[in-house]
Formats: sequence, structure tokens, C-alpha cells
Amino acid sequence: MSEILLRIDGKEVGAKEGTTLLEAARSAGISIPTLCHHQGLEPYGGCRLCTVEVESRGWTKLVAACIYPVEKDLVVRTRSEKVDRIRRMILELLLAHAPDAPALQELAKEYGADRDRFDKEASFCIHCGLCVRYCAEVKKKNAVGFIDRGTRREICFVPEIATKECWQCKECFPLCPTEALQAAFVLTQSLFAAPPASGPDRTRSDAGDELP
Amino acid sequence: MARIDSPEALEALREEIASRRNPETPCVSICAGAGCIASGAAEVIAAFEAEIEKQGLQADVDTRETGCPGFCERGPVVVIYPEQICYLQVKPEDVPEIVSQTLKEKKVVDRLVYADPTTGKKAVLESEIPFYKNQRRNLIGSNIRIDPKRIDDYLAIGGYAALAKVLFRMGPEQVLAEVKRSGLRGRGGGGFSTGRKWEESRRAPGDTKYVIVNADEGDPGAFMDRALLEGNPHSILEGLMIGAYAVGANEGFIYVRQEYPIAVENVTVAIGQAKEYGLLGKNILGSGFDFTIRVHRGAGAFVCGESSALMTALEGKAGEPRPKYIHTAVKGVWDRPSVLNNVETWANVPLIIDKGADWFSRFGTETSKGTKIFSLVGKINNTGLVEVPMGISLRDIIYGIGGGIPGGRRFKAVQTGGPSGGCLPESLLDLEVGFDELTRAGSMMGSGGMIVMDEETCMVDVARYFLDFLVDESCGKCVPCREGMRQMLKILTRITRGKGKEEDLALLEELSEVAADASLCALGKSAPNPLLSTLRYFRDEYEAHIRQKKCPALSCKALIAYHIDPDKCRACMICLKKCPAEAIDGGKNRIHVIDQARCTKCGTCLEVCPSRFGAVGKISGIPVPPPPSEEARTLVGKGKKA
Repeated sequence: MSEILLRIDGKEVGAKEGTTLLEAARSAGISIPTLCHHQGLEPYGGCRLCTVEVESRGWTKLVAACIYPVEKDLVVRTRSEKVDRIRRMILELLLAHAPDAPALQELAKEYGADRDRFDKEASFCIHCGLCVRYCAEVKKKNAVGFIDRGTRREICFVPEIATKECWQCKECFPLCPTEALQAAFVLTQSLFAAPPASGPDRTRSDAGDELP
Repeated sequence: MARIDSPEALEALREEIASRRNPETPCVSICAGAGCIASGAAEVIAAFEAEIEKQGLQADVDTRETGCPGFCERGPVVVIYPEQICYLQVKPEDVPEIVSQTLKEKKVVDRLVYADPTTGKKAVLESEIPFYKNQRRNLIGSNIRIDPKRIDDYLAIGGYAALAKVLFRMGPEQVLAEVKRSGLRGRGGGGFSTGRKWEESRRAPGDTKYVIVNADEGDPGAFMDRALLEGNPHSILEGLMIGAYAVGANEGFIYVRQEYPIAVENVTVAIGQAKEYGLLGKNILGSGFDFTIRVHRGAGAFVCGESSALMTALEGKAGEPRPKYIHTAVKGVWDRPSVLNNVETWANVPLIIDKGADWFSRFGTETSKGTKIFSLVGKINNTGLVEVPMGISLRDIIYGIGGGIPGGRRFKAVQTGGPSGGCLPESLLDLEVGFDELTRAGSMMGSGGMIVMDEETCMVDVARYFLDFLVDESCGKCVPCREGMRQMLKILTRITRGKGKEEDLALLEELSEVAADASLCALGKSAPNPLLSTLRYFRDEYEAHIRQKKCPALSCKALIAYHIDPDKCRACMICLKKCPAEAIDGGKNRIHVIDQARCTKCGTCLEVCPSRFGAVGKISGIPVPPPPSEEARTLVGKGKKA
């Protein structure tokens, strides 16, 4: 793989072809905030907190650093008025869900995000998908997934898989950037809720019997 | 059916089909498109079959169930050939008369032909009806001439000649050059150059490439792709094959939404017939070119109209967009170069090849070539599909073809481009319709939805409606779209309920900017458009809602009250009896009064109040006047007050 040279915040940075702006910046000691990124997982591009400004062939655009591939002579600005404004709004939107999450509070301080700009939402989940992707990509179990779409989208454990896999594992809990208890709660809820209609022979007590 | 193994054999078959058909034989074409079926076309078709048999005309008359010719407002539509007499709103009981008069006696049934709603002027022939006359129907004009389930009908109008032409007389590069030269731009939304997209895929490394039809038409009120796929499926197949040949693909997909059962059926039948003729499969027409098509039925997600989400869904995964920093033309389905074009884009391809890029680019403007089909819906006299040359003005579409606004009401806005588009006001009615013109005005071409709104439409509520649609249809993956729209919808709902705050408008603009700048896919990036365009052109309506708690269109339920004018009420008891909430107090000779606490604002009283009285009205932004005193409520004598 050839080395690609680009400029990040005025600094010349070398990166391997096929790597991302986020990797290139971090290797050069330049920090870009992320919430849905995890080194061991495929880039996701969901939280958009890593949005940066890039200039290429005379065009300036906003891209997600965690998925944008490095390009020769690209000029990258990891902070700008616009970038900061986007990050502040994203944080304010997420703080409506998880106002007390330490990761969010710390970033809120840096970007001047108002914790109470929006009314509080019922769910802690910020849909970073770390639990879902970790379970799929690393554990290859798919015990937890997303259900529904849009603003109704939620994480959900699949009872049939979770009863077998989750109690021995729980590796996704500490990955949650908002509140590990949230994952525990959703898991417990799915295990004790009546299983879906697809399993007519499984009743609530049957599901409970399988618990350790 | 025998396999056709050469272009000469194709032409021979075409001649043979023509020789079997006498152009003088009367033919009854009945629209069996979704709109006409909903208005009872199936019964009309059955009635024609029965009546033709009854009158013993089976041998002398052909019947044809066709796709949608566009005039849905007046369906079921029947056209009698060879004269092209067009009958509208045909009912089964009209059929015996049509058969005995028109088919046998060659006489026109006057009461079934088009009559202008204002002048009463009649038009017998399809081509004379203003709705059709002012269009340029390059694509959809074929619909009424063919039965989509009969490949021979498509061959009879010159079908698959363009395919034969490219396979035997043009190289892939030549096809590419011709399409590029035509200036064709994608009809699905983005308006990207079709030729450049194909070229990018052709140049992309890899032996396996795909071509895909995007028939996941999901904009509220839009049905042009449906009409093309239902009405002329072979034209889409032919376009797709030509694209495949140019790009170097041997496999194609048609991603069609499950909610279009007739389209699924017709395109599946078309694929089967094309295979039997050897127009699909191995060694097409003996050219050595192989191509297969599979139909993939979408599960009803609006976001799957977005190219990367559609491709993810094709792979069998949940339809979520993925970052497109590398174009899908280079890395699409299963990471292979994939050309995705909208139904209408593909439908244009055989015409461009057949008639040439110069012919195609004669229509349209400098940067928007060809024609475009719009679904003209909403507060418009002639609801239906219209195909017009690019560059025509909005006014010509809405008034010249659409026949204006019903009920003598005033035009307020036209929404183009669906949930990604915007609302354009009366001052822009003379805007030329083109990709860039619409974008500059704060809307977009989109796939061609056109929703007309009149003075009774609240623009704040329109913005709220589209966001309400999108919060369900966003995939929910990225924060600016999912969370941003959640908040935008909350704020807009608040405003329409009279709880808006002065600072809400600035917050809406801020949320819109972040969604447009930072969302992952085009759905989120364009989602603020209905909101931003209404803020731009109808800001006063937002301000009235917030400051005066007034809905100027008298539409937002929370901000209006129904009121009976005591000077006009004649105590006729009609509204009192019809009110489902029993909210009207009154009696014989006792002026009626609405109990505002019980009123559910259903509007029944306004509808039923006799127009000669016109006593019920809506008010907003002002307090409801107190009811008259008991004394003043008594009517004595002939409608005279005591």
C-alpha cells in the first residue's frame, strides 16, 4: 500500500491508502471526537460527531472522518465554526436522551452544548450501534439488533438467542457510551417479555426456565 | 413462441405481427391502470367482453387492456380505434350503447366525450382534449396503444428495435457517447447525468457489473413510475438491456415496491415473454450478449429509494444507506460496479437510441433535456399524469394542462419533489421547470411529484406533514436526520397547536442546517426542504401561528373555531341534527349556537349548512363572539327575528 500525503489542520500527515481520515488524524496525534466509532469494528458513520471539513479540487464539503478515505493532497480542517456548530447540535440532540452520560458531558463542555436545550426523551439509547455491531461482528451471535425505523428505532435483544448467549457474555454492556444499565434493562425486558407470536409453543414460563 | 435468433428475424416477426393486424379493425382500448381499476375499469372491461359477444362482434372487434394514459381524474378511460374516440368516466351501463353506436354505427356517444368544465366545449378525439393536447407524450403516449401483457403489442410499435440496433450496429462506447450527448439526467431525484454514471461504471474495474431499475417510488402522491412499469414494462426492460450492454453488465435487477402488485405482475410477465422470444437470456438475438433480469420486491421502505439503501436491501440486509464516498457506480451491490437508474430514466433510453440524441435534446432547456412526467395531484381539476417538455412553466402545467384549481379557490403553492422538495408560491408560477431552476428556487425536480395547494392549505401544516412522513421513513441510523427531525416535528406540531415560541423559527433553521450538512444520506440532507421553502416563502404564516395564534388558512384545528353567524342562521336544524358531537344547541325557530367546549371541529356543520344561508364559518386568531341572548335567538314569522 502506498503512502498518501494530506494536510490535517495545517499539518502534513502521511497515511496508508484505504485508511480513513479519522485514522490518519489520530496517528498524527490530532483528536476528532467520536461516539459510534470502535477500533475493532467496521466504520459506521452514524453519530456524525466526527464531521470535518475537507477541501478537494476547489470544493469544500463536510464529511464523516470515520468513513472518508484519505486522498492525496486533501486539506482537512477538524475544527471550524461550522464543524463546531454541527457537533454542538448533535451533542444537544443526544443529551436529550442521555443527559448524565459522562462521555457526552465531557464533550458538551468542550463544544458549549446546552444539556437542556431539548426536552428529555424517554430512552437513554443514542443508537450508536456499538452493542449491535459488536455482537454481530466480533461475537457473531446477532443477539441484539435494531428494530423499526426512524424515530421509533430501538435496540432489541432477540430472546431466542439472548437466553442462550447473553448471560455468559455481557461484553456489550461496557461498550455503551451512555449507560450500561440501559443495555441490561433492555436485555432483561426482552427475556422476560412474552416471546413473539412466531413461537406458539413457548410461553413466558418456558422462556424463564432457560435462564441460569 | 419461437426464439428470435437474429435482427432480421426480429424484423420479420414484426412484419408478421403487422400483417395479422388490420389497422381498420375497431379496437377498444380500456385503461387497466391502477387509477382506472380503482374507478371500476375491471367491470367496464367485463361489460365490453360480454356486450361484444352478445352483439356477435368478437371476430370484428379487438379489445385491449392497457396501462395508464394519465387522465386519472376522468377514469375509466376508453379509447376507440382507429378513430381515437375518447370516452371518459365510462360505466358498465354505458357499454351497450358504445358497442351498438360507436363500434357498429360509427357514431359518437356525445355524453361520454370530454366537455370543458367551464366552456362546455366538447372534444371527441383524445388528441383534442386540452389535458392531452398541451402535453408532449414521448414516453407515456405509448401506454394506451399496448396491452402490457402482450409482447407482440410492444413489437408492433417498434419495440426492441433499439436493442437490435445497439447489439449489431453500435459498440458499447458508441451507446455511451449517444446517451451522454443526449443530456439525459436521472429522473429519480438527483438529476445526475445518466451517461456519466454509466461511464463511471464502465470504467470501474471488475468483470461482474450490475444494472438496476429503481422502481421503489415512494413520494406521497407520485405514481409516474408505476404507470410506466405497469403500462409499458418492455420499454423498461429494453432500456435496461441497452444500459447493460453499454456498461458491460450481464445481470440486472428490478427493485419494485411490493405495494405495486400490477407492476410486479406485468413486469414479471414481460420478462417471461422476452425470455421465450430470446430477447433475454443467453446469446440475445444471436449477438453473443447474455443478460438476465431478476425482480426484487421491496418491503415498503421509503429510504430504499436511496441508491445505497436500495443496494443494501438487494443484498438481503436491512435497507439502510451506507456512506457513498465511493460512488455505487464503482462499488455498489456486493461491492461491484452497479448502475442504478429510475424507471423513467430507463424508459427514455430506447427512444434516445432509436430516434437519436439530437431528437431527444430538441425537447427541454439548456441543462434539462427531454420530457418529464409529473403526477399532478392535490387541489387541481385534472388529477393525473402529465408528460411535458422540460422548460415548460409551472403555470402551463397547472392551468394549461391541469385545468386550474377547483371550486374557484385561489392557488397558494405547488409542492414539487416530494418530501425532499419544496413549496413554491404564486410569484414563481412562471418558473421554467428544470432540474437547476427548481433547485435554485429552494425545491427540486425529485421524481416528479407535483402537489397543488390552494388557499385552504396551511403551509406550516404542510411542512409538519412531510416531517411526520419522514420521521417514520428515515432509517434512523444517523443523528442529524433521526434526532434532528424528531425535534423539528415536535416544534412544528407545537406551532400548529398554537404553542409556538418566537425563538422556534431560528431553532428550526439551525436544526435544518445541521441535518442538511451532516446527515449520512440524501434523505436527511434534503429532509428540511419542505420546511425551509415554506419558511422562505410563507414566513408570515408561521409568524401568525406563533404571534397571533392564528392559522391564516383556517386549517389547523387547534387554532380555529366553528361559529354560526346569528344574523344568517335560519334555525333549519340541519347542522344541529348532523353534528356528531351533539355540540350544537338550538331548536325550531331558535338560532343555533355551537358549544365550543364540545365541538370536535369536524367541519360537518359547515358542510351541511345550506349555501343560501351560509351561516357557518371558521374563525381564527380572534375570540369566538359570545352567543346572542335567549331573546335574540328566537326567530318569529318568516325567518324574522323577534
